[in-house]
This record gives sequence, C-alpha cells and structure tokens, in this order.
Amino acid sequence: MSGTYDGVGPSADGSRSYYGKPVIKEPVWEPTIPAYFFFGGTAGATASLGLAARLTGNTALARAATYANAVAIAVSPPLLIADLGRPERFLNMLRMFKVTSPMSVGTWIVSASGLASGAAVALEILGRLPRAKLAAEAAAGALGPFLATYTAALLADTSIPVWHEARRELPFVFAGSSAASAGAACALLTSSSAARPARRLAVAGAALELAAFAAMQRRLGFLAEPYRHGRTRTLDITARALSASGALGMVVGRRRSAAVGAGVLLLAGSLVQRFAVFRAGFASARDPRYTIASSASEWRSRLRRQPKPTCHSVPGARGPDTPTSAPASSKPERCTLAEDRRNRRSANPQPENGPRMLH
Amino acid sequence: MSTTLQLGATPLGPASYGDEAKPRMGFFTDTSICIGCKACEIACKEWNQVPQDELGFSGESFDNTGELSANSWRHVAFIEQPTGVGGVQAADSDFRWLMSSDVCKHCTHAACLDVCPTGAIFRTEFGTVVIQPDVCNGCGYCVPACPFGVIGRRERDQLPAADGEVTGLGTTHKCTLCYDRLKDGIEPACAKACPTDSIQFGQLDELRDRARGRVERLHEEGIAEARLYGEDPNDGVGGFGAFFLLLDDPEVYGLPPDPVVPTKRLPEIWGAAFLAGAALAAGVVAAVAGGRR
Repeated sequence: MSGTYDGVGPSADGSRSYYGKPVIKEPVWEPTIPAYFFFGGTAGATASLGLAARLTGNTALARAATYANAVAIAVSPPLLIADLGRPERFLNMLRMFKVTSPMSVGTWIVSASGLASGAAVALEILGRLPRAKLAAEAAAGALGPFLATYTAALLADTSIPVWHEARRELPFVFAGSSAASAGAACALLTSSSAARPARRLAVAGAALELAAFAAMQRRLGFLAEPYRHGRTRTLDITARALSASGALGMVVGRRRSAAVGAGVLLLAGSLVQRFAVFRAGFASARDPRYTIASSASEWRSRLRRQPKPTCHSVPGARGPDTPTSAPASSKPERCTLAEDRRNRRSANPQPENGPRMLH
Repeated sequence: MSTTLQLGATPLGPASYGDEAKPRMGFFTDTSICIGCKACEIACKEWNQVPQDELGFSGESFDNTGELSANSWRHVAFIEQPTGVGGVQAADSDFRWLMSSDVCKHCTHAACLDVCPTGAIFRTEFGTVVIQPDVCNGCGYCVPACPFGVIGRRERDQLPAADGEVTGLGTTHKCTLCYDRLKDGIEPACAKACPTDSIQFGQLDELRDRARGRVERLHEEGIAEARLYGEDPNDGVGGFGAFFLLLDDPEVYGLPPDPVVPTKRLPEIWGAAFLAGAALAAGVVAAVAGGRR
C-alpha cells in the first residue's frame, strides 16, 4: 500500500470482493498431477528403503523395493507429460535449472531418479555388475526423499492460500504419505519376516502423515475451510480413515493376509490424501475470501511494522463477522482494521466535507 | 543451460542487458478518470491478435469480460456503489461508479517468471515480463503462481478450423506491455486508445512522480479515499511495473490488498521440503536399523 491513504484497511474477513469472483486463478492441472504426486512419492521412498535394505543385507526386501520403485518411477513421466498444454515440448524443461521453480528442480530430480532406478532394475533383472547396481541404487536412494517432498514445495510456491500458507507442514504430510505407501508396497511384495522394516516404515509414515496434516489444519485456521466442504471433505476423511486403519492393521496383524489388507488400505489412503490436497487448492483459489483474508493479514503485519493507525473506538461495535476472537472492546487500541472501518462508519455516517465531485 | 540462483528475486532486465538496457517502462492506470469505454480491451485484442473470449452476458454491471485471462489482457471492472457509506459521496446522487482497467502488473519480483521451468517467461530490456509462446510448453505453473490471477492457458479443444496458422494453443498468455511496439518506440495499444488518459504509459519513475502528484491533488479536492496501489517498491512484489490509482480498497476491484510473490518465501519452502526429506531418510534408517524382529 502506498501509505498515502489515511483510511481503513482491507476487509480482514474477505467480505468485500468483486462480484464474489476469484482474485487468483485456479490451476489448470488435471488429476494426473495428484496421481503423479502419489507415484513419485512412492518411488522416492521405495528407493531409499531399498538402499537401506541392501546395505543391511535384507536382499528380499531390497529386491521388492527395486521392483516397486521401478514401476512407480516408470509411470511418473507419462503422467506429467500428459498434463502439459504442449506435451511435445516437454524437453524444454531441461533447458535450464532454476531453484526459484520447484517444477524445474523436480524435473531434474525425476529425470536423475528415473535413470538411476532404470539402471538398478535392469541390472537386478540381468543379475550382473553388482557394484554398478549398488551405485545406481545409492543415487536413487539419495534422491528419493527429495523426490517425495519437492512436490509439496511445488504446491507451496504458488499464490493459493491453502497451499502457500501450509508451506511448513505440507512437505511433512507428503513425506509421511510417501513413507506409508512405500512401506505398504514393499510389505505387499515380501514375506512377513523380511518385511518387518517395511511395516515399521509404513506405520511411522502414516503417523507422520496424520500428525502433519492435523498441524497443517491448525496453522491454516479459517484458510483450511476447503478441506471441510463437499467432495474434498469426503476425500480428506476417507484418506485419514484409510491411513489410520491401514496403520492399525500393520501393527496388530501378524499374518501375511493381514499385512496385505493393511498395505492396500495404506496405499489407497496415500493416494486419496494427494487428491484431497489437490482439490482443496482449487476451492481455495475459487473463493476470493481466502485470497483477500490472507493478503489482508499480510497488509496488517506490514502495517504493524509502521506507526499504529488510530482506532476509532465505539464500545460494542464489533460485528459478528470479525474473524478474531479477542475480547470485545476491552482494549480498543488493539482492534482490527476491519473493526476500525466499521467504527468510523458508525461514528461518522456522513462525510464532513459534504457532497463532492471527483473532477 | 542458464541458471537462476538468486533466491526469490530474479534480476531485473536492465541489469543483465548491459548496453542494450532501456529505462523501465510501465503503466499508470488512473481509475478516477476511467469512463469504462473498453477501448483498451479492444485495442489490445486488435493489436495483439488475441482470440475471442466466450461471449455472454454476466449481469455484473457493464462487465462482460469478467477477468483477465489468456484471451483478455485488459479487463475493465465496473463497480456500482451506493454512496453515503464509508464517507464516500457523489455530487448528485446516492450512487457512484468505479471503473478500472486491470492489466498484468509486470511485477519487479514476478512469480510467473520465477516459477517458469522452461524459461519461456523472461524480463525484457524495458523491465517488463513477457511469455514466449514458442518456448512455453503449457505446464501451467505460472497460472496459480501469479498473485493477481492474470495468466491463463489456452485450451487445445478451442482449436479453430484448419485454415490459418494459430500459434500458442495449449500455452499460457498475458499482456506483453506491447513488447513489439516498445521495440519500435511506440506506446502500447491500450494506452494509445485510451480517450481520457486513464491509462498512461511512460518511464516508471516519471509515472510514479506523476501519480503521487495526482493523489495529492485529489486529496486536496476532498477525495480522501484516493490511494495508489502497487507504486511502492517495498511492497510484497517489489512494486508493480503497471500500478493504479484506486478510489476504494483493492479487493473491491478484485485485486489482492497486499500481494506477495510466493517465491519470497522460497527459503522457508525449500527448508521445509529439505527437513521433511531428511525426516523421511531418518525414518527409513530407523525402520531398517530395527532389524528383522
């Protein structure tokens, strides 16, 4: 703001807008993108689990992880390329490397992971060059965690409030979800004894996913509303129920059939969770209240660093739509700017200068 | 391969153009003298050969354009306001018009440019932000990155009949500040067409001075609600290349009150992603370290 207008602030609750139209654009991305988030995350975490299993001599688990990783990373590029407006130009993303663009960084991570994973699985099938295979697995395993979390950075680096304001928690949601799906996938493919580490990872991942998701909701406050409406709410509840029951099944189920059932639940929970996050972004972009409220809070925090505006206090003038929950009019000098605006209006409904023209 | 390593702030064009650098050019849109004629919208479409948008009747005052998009690079907003509210009063009625021609802000720190993974979006020698449709691969990242919702992607299913080459389908589009005209020293089409000089084109420094003078004058005339939007180089996007004089809060015009370029938080974003990745790696190690028990 210019500071030249000694007036009142933007509507803190976003109640004023232009015909209720969105301020920002919703993404043009298709459901292939959240599907990729799932497969990419699973690929990343399976690569790391496979490497760790290899290094500890759990060959059965390492082999299962290598195959699961190969499948997950193989479907990723087609899902990404299909979403481009000009798919034939996908190589243009390899023209540059930009740290300001998580998509650019991610393109290189996916490309490098894909090459390493492809080499690892090829050598696994051929049964040759064990040291080269280990090197390929090490590369994929080292990149894996970031393949799983960069996608959260990609969403956070947008102007969509429900993603951008969740920038601290969203990577942990994706990391947990990826660990859960990778552990589940490997537990499905391995005998009970060899799968112990995978089951532990799956349970810990689901726990992190649920905890980080709750922390994200708390941080977002009113901005988390898109998770509480319509189909996004259904997806959110379904994802959490699937993950929680899958984790529980992994803990209590001792037989292989129980592990298979729990693994399927965890994989489904991880997939549905990405769709919930994805859809919430669209709802968040569509409703101008979220953009305006998030922008207005930025405005107020900037203003706080400047001299305080005078607050026109009218006792009991606080309206029902004030989003803060501070006690009403106990400390009038700390009222919000939206209140200040209302107070000014009710205190002085007619302008002092009388009618005036613009020119 | 080129690299952009400066976190959260792509360098301004003039700094990287050397001898070819030009003064930073921009728009000052003075909405207090906009008459809502939409000549800017039409001039822009004509000059830039922007395809037709959906035709329809919105019922929202005289605004049938709706919003800035791939096929609308200027958008005139119409707001019908009852007066006597918030200290605002018109001379001869209980009602006032607000009209404003919105456009790409050509931010100093542009989100679209920062997040573009192909380098299709670049900073020109005039300090403006332009998309090259022949490089863009239509990934769509710039669309939700923009804090103003300026950019849109043209759809493939809108392909017209085979006669005539149509470029840029499936790619993103926005105002270029008439880069081609600037190269020839001509003012952009919208500013040229504006009959009241509500849209003023020029060097950004001069426009800012002129705008501050205009606000002072309006305040002297008793129009206390006049304020500048986007002229402050210390705001969340480093100041707009195309800024505005508004007569109400920005959100009334469909603009965010205090836009922030999302890449300003890149250290936080990457930091959290790195920590979460490290947590995942630690979890894997811990899971395996437990052995086969």
